[in-house]
Amino acid sequence: MASPVPRFREKAQVLDDAALDRALTRIAHEILEKNGGASEVAFVGLRTRGVTLAHRLAAKIAQIDGAALPVGTLDITLYRDDLGLRGAPLIRGTDIPFSIKNKTVILVDDVLFTGRTVRAALDAIIDLGRPKAIQLAILIDRGHRELPIRPDYVGKNLPTSRRESVAVRLREHDGEDRVVIEEPEEA
Amino acid sequence: MGWTRKHLLTMRELDASEIVLLIDTAASLQEIATREIKKVPALRGKTIVNLFYEPSTRTRTSFEIAGKWLSADVINFSAGGSSTTKGESFIDTAKTIAAMSPDVVIVRHSSAGAAELLARTLPCSIVNAGDGAHEHPTQALLDLLTIREKKAHFDGLHVAIVGDVAHSRVARSDIHGMRKLGMTVTVAGPPTLIPPFVQELGVKVSYRLEDAIRDVDVIMMLRLQHERMTNGLIPSLREYSRYWGLTLEKLASHARPDVLIMHPGPVNRGIELSPEVADGPYSVILDQVTKGVAVRMGVLLLLAGSKGEAP
Repeated sequence: MASPVPRFREKAQVLDDAALDRALTRIAHEILEKNGGASEVAFVGLRTRGVTLAHRLAAKIAQIDGAALPVGTLDITLYRDDLGLRGAPLIRGTDIPFSIKNKTVILVDDVLFTGRTVRAALDAIIDLGRPKAIQLAILIDRGHRELPIRPDYVGKNLPTSRRESVAVRLREHDGEDRVVIEEPEEA
Repeated sequence: MGWTRKHLLTMRELDASEIVLLIDTAASLQEIATREIKKVPALRGKTIVNLFYEPSTRTRTSFEIAGKWLSADVINFSAGGSSTTKGESFIDTAKTIAAMSPDVVIVRHSSAGAAELLARTLPCSIVNAGDGAHEHPTQALLDLLTIREKKAHFDGLHVAIVGDVAHSRVARSDIHGMRKLGMTVTVAGPPTLIPPFVQELGVKVSYRLEDAIRDVDVIMMLRLQHERMTNGLIPSLREYSRYWGLTLEKLASHARPDVLIMHPGPVNRGIELSPEVADGPYSVILDQVTKGVAVRMGVLLLLAGSKGEAP
């Protein structure tokens, strides 16, 4: 099996539940502002927490604008550039039950790091049709990009070191809304 | 808990969690068939060889489509020559193929154990696509996926496997898979077509169609394999079809209204299945074929997509 996973301990809290909610509210407003409303906008969340965040953003836009925007789920495993380097792939499936043709697709993920996941997601989306535009919404941008990718909407910019890890905890999965920086426990 | 095997040779060697992982992976990949562009880059640069020593329509085609949808290069190597028999020449062919460094070889052969022999001989992953009357694991997996989609679960389901059980590798693979997932299995057929000691696989045996199909959730009709049959196993096709052919009338008077009718194909219409049953509302035979592509994508992905970790 895989090499032993290092244990992480919490170093600092970055966002609490109120701050996380405010960041999402602001992103929802920015999406409406940048696109001149919500018509022809669709959300695609990256498994797993990107999907949850996409649903929350869609709910915010429904509150603000009244528009019910579609939300799809994207699994990028089949598009990874490290497939085969990390053991057997675990496929959980893509579910985008609407046409993305001529839509502005807002790609949503929790943390932006090297940019490789987003690169794979761009390929995956374009294989499903030709959207009018793809925009990227990210809760935490932690830097260390390895590809020329930048987000359109950012909840929080968070300078980190590579050995640290950012944990986004969401009510739906973890029972709490909180973002923390973790560092490896020294032996 | 992930996939750690290098080969897929039998259902017998898999445990329930591995079977469920294969089915889950296949279920997630089904969506690709509905896309306008049916291709994902997962197995780009991988080479897959279909090595078929026996005729096949759906298995070979569906492995080929599965490989191509995953962007692998698929080569069909059919050893059609009638002089080819097992033994040295089979190994020689296999070594020739290995010299072209494929990542996966899919093999069908009339001898039980052919896939296992290749697994011991070649450095690449081997998928058993049917070896004699032994096993046909991907068929069992697609049967299981079809059942789960239609019935939503496995636990406690009762399946009747009916017909030429003795010559059927599908029956053996199905029995192993279904028993491991908690299903009850009854095999039924004329005594000459029921293998001795089949009860040791944990199944019940029935020698009357009407009894076997009563109260079951799924009826798996098997193809009468005339090509493997020596004389004397059945008196005549007509008599077989009269006692063992499934008709709408027999279904209506003995089976449950929500029963699923399955068949691994190709169907001998009018022998084991009447055309009205094969094309009727109970039949999921074409669903099985569709699921076959998804299952084979899942198998290829788990075998070829996990290099570096296989034992």
